[in-house]
Amino acid sequence: MKKLLLIGLKDLQLMFRDRAALTFMLLAPFLLTIGMGFVTGRFSGGSTGISDIPVVIVNLDQAELGNALEDLFNSEDMAELLEPTASSDPEAARQLIDSDQASAAVIIPQGFTRSIIPAEGTMFDANSVPPEAVQIEVYANPSRPTGAGIVKAIVDEFVSRVEEGRTSGMTSIVGLMQSGLLNPQNAESEARAMFENVDETESTAITLKTDKEGAAATEFDLLAYFAPGMALMFLMYTVSYGGRSILAERAQGTLPRLMISPTQTAQVLGGKVLGIFFMGVAQVGILILASAVFFQVKWGDPLGMIALILAAVFGAAGWGMVITAFARTPAQVGSTGSAIMLIFGILGGSFINLEQLPPFMQTISKITPNAWGLDGFTTLALGGTLKNLTEPITALLIMGAVLFGIAVVLFNRNGLVQK
Amino acid sequence: MPSILEVQNLAKNYGDFTAVKGISFDIKEGEIFSLLGPNGAGKTTTISMLSTLYTPTSGDATIAGHSITKDPMAVKQVIGVVPQEIALYEDLTARENLLFWGQMYGLSGKFLTSRVDEVLEQIGLVDKAKNRVKTYSGGMKRRVNIGVGLLHKPRLLFMDEPTVGIDPQSRRAILDTVKDLNKQGMTVLYTTHYMEEAQELSDRVGIIDHGELIALGTQKELTQQVGQTETLILHIGENDDPEALAKSLDGVEGVLEAISTDHEVSVVANEAEEVLAAVVTKANDRGIKIRSIDIREPNLEAVFLHLTGRALRN
Repeated sequence: MKKLLLIGLKDLQLMFRDRAALTFMLLAPFLLTIGMGFVTGRFSGGSTGISDIPVVIVNLDQAELGNALEDLFNSEDMAELLEPTASSDPEAARQLIDSDQASAAVIIPQGFTRSIIPAEGTMFDANSVPPEAVQIEVYANPSRPTGAGIVKAIVDEFVSRVEEGRTSGMTSIVGLMQSGLLNPQNAESEARAMFENVDETESTAITLKTDKEGAAATEFDLLAYFAPGMALMFLMYTVSYGGRSILAERAQGTLPRLMISPTQTAQVLGGKVLGIFFMGVAQVGILILASAVFFQVKWGDPLGMIALILAAVFGAAGWGMVITAFARTPAQVGSTGSAIMLIFGILGGSFINLEQLPPFMQTISKITPNAWGLDGFTTLALGGTLKNLTEPITALLIMGAVLFGIAVVLFNRNGLVQK
Repeated sequence: MPSILEVQNLAKNYGDFTAVKGISFDIKEGEIFSLLGPNGAGKTTTISMLSTLYTPTSGDATIAGHSITKDPMAVKQVIGVVPQEIALYEDLTARENLLFWGQMYGLSGKFLTSRVDEVLEQIGLVDKAKNRVKTYSGGMKRRVNIGVGLLHKPRLLFMDEPTVGIDPQSRRAILDTVKDLNKQGMTVLYTTHYMEEAQELSDRVGIIDHGELIALGTQKELTQQVGQTETLILHIGENDDPEALAKSLDGVEGVLEAISTDHEVSVVANEAEEVLAAVVTKANDRGIKIRSIDIREPNLEAVFLHLTGRALRN
């Protein structure tokens, strides 16, 4: 294990001494992220770049809060971002999602308002039975994680503000009653007025992106999409750079020299793989740290982010090893790696939101670590945590394991050095 | 002296091509043994098999009693290898390279750092130890390349053409280093195509050509194979035909053999001075311009010429 680490750390050290590689691995994605920020208006407060998310609203509540949420989705503030359609049939709405015709369906159940604002005359009636909690359903389209995530974030924020308003309102009314400042006969009308104002006072603060107002949970910062998009795209360069170092070491004689030292072949190969892994983690880690420091990008749950970075690098490193195992010269790895970097970048959503691609392209994109990685980073940026990353992390780990298996078979067949 | 290396019928084939044809030899503990032969003779392939990098097609060798095919890890602990190409990380400094390779040979802690200091002293690069290898001259890189092979104090050191492509001063330093290492008790297997190096360094020499070991012994034993002859080397004009001159010398009194190479004709005779006038006359008769003449006493070059009909450097 010690030799694996020594070889891996040596490769990391060499990477940091290669100015040309560093420029490509760190500076280029950073500058491209800035460029994407300007293009999408992230730095000027202009358009978000994500627009017309198709969402189906099923309002079975038809009362104050249900109507307020429906109004919110149809409001002018959301006009550019969302493309809502109304439906009265929850099953039909779910079918629209299943057939990939919309990003999400928001089903506001009957009795939603009453579960929060009791019926008139029952609010402070000790004999009345409290209403059962009723939850809004967001039926998300898994192939459109960004759009679905944004819709879910809007609903979550609405619900949390309603709950916040209800709790603080009740606390205030009870406090006023206990201090004698509020007559019990007027309590219900005062409380009802407070509840009914919840949507009017708070809903305008729900925006897709704002640095000035609104809660963090609803902010979807485009740089939290483009920065990892660029980092993941250039990660493919880094893993091919790492793979290329295997062939470069073979050509320059250091690989044969390693093989004639008292080191097992598996240790040499393992060390090189570890080096690729270290390089990838260092690159993505630095880019994420830099975008947090320079652009104030909120990356979400740190634990989830670390796990996602490790899994994404593992998946990408698998590709790097397969490219290397197929190639004969470092130049072949370089050219193949650059081509795959661009193809995966486009296919994986680094430039274009995957939801804007045709369904078959979205399916193909699943072979790229970029798509899974972006899926995970978007989930995190929208307030998700490690437990919400099971799917992308599992997919990336399986991808890496399968590709490493293929690479090992190819290396065994061809030999690390000429025999 | 016991043998530290015993090679038995070692062969290596690449498809139909045989790079090494079942060679056998041994190296005694404490000696410098040179494998002398032209480029492509099979020297590097032999070293690569002995250092366990390549698997022999047939045959085997034991190093300090360990088989290269059955117990390669034990062999790796005993040997040090200085490869023909400079196998270093150019973006690391000499010290960093030595530290890394030392760890690959299992050295650690204070022993590692003290060995690195000793080796830097030995190769004369203490002052430049913190410079990246890529800033070094070819000779300095060669010295670091050798230093890596010495770190773990191997009992048997393989040096594969360590002086290729360097300046005379660095070459001299490397040859002196080899002699010093040998004085300290290290056994050396040295491959070269420079006859002078083999002559200067070796206790015994194996001459290899086209994958075959064609002669083996001390220098004295080898030169005796060609007898007490001398060789006239005629350097002729670029446009002149050496083969025609060599043929014309057949039958000249005192000439034992005349062999043509590029712009040269080697004339073997019992007494070079006795045939000199006749050789020059023949050249003049054919209008061939002689640029210079060397007279060589019996040496490994003559042995190679005698055995193969070709000059060593061709």
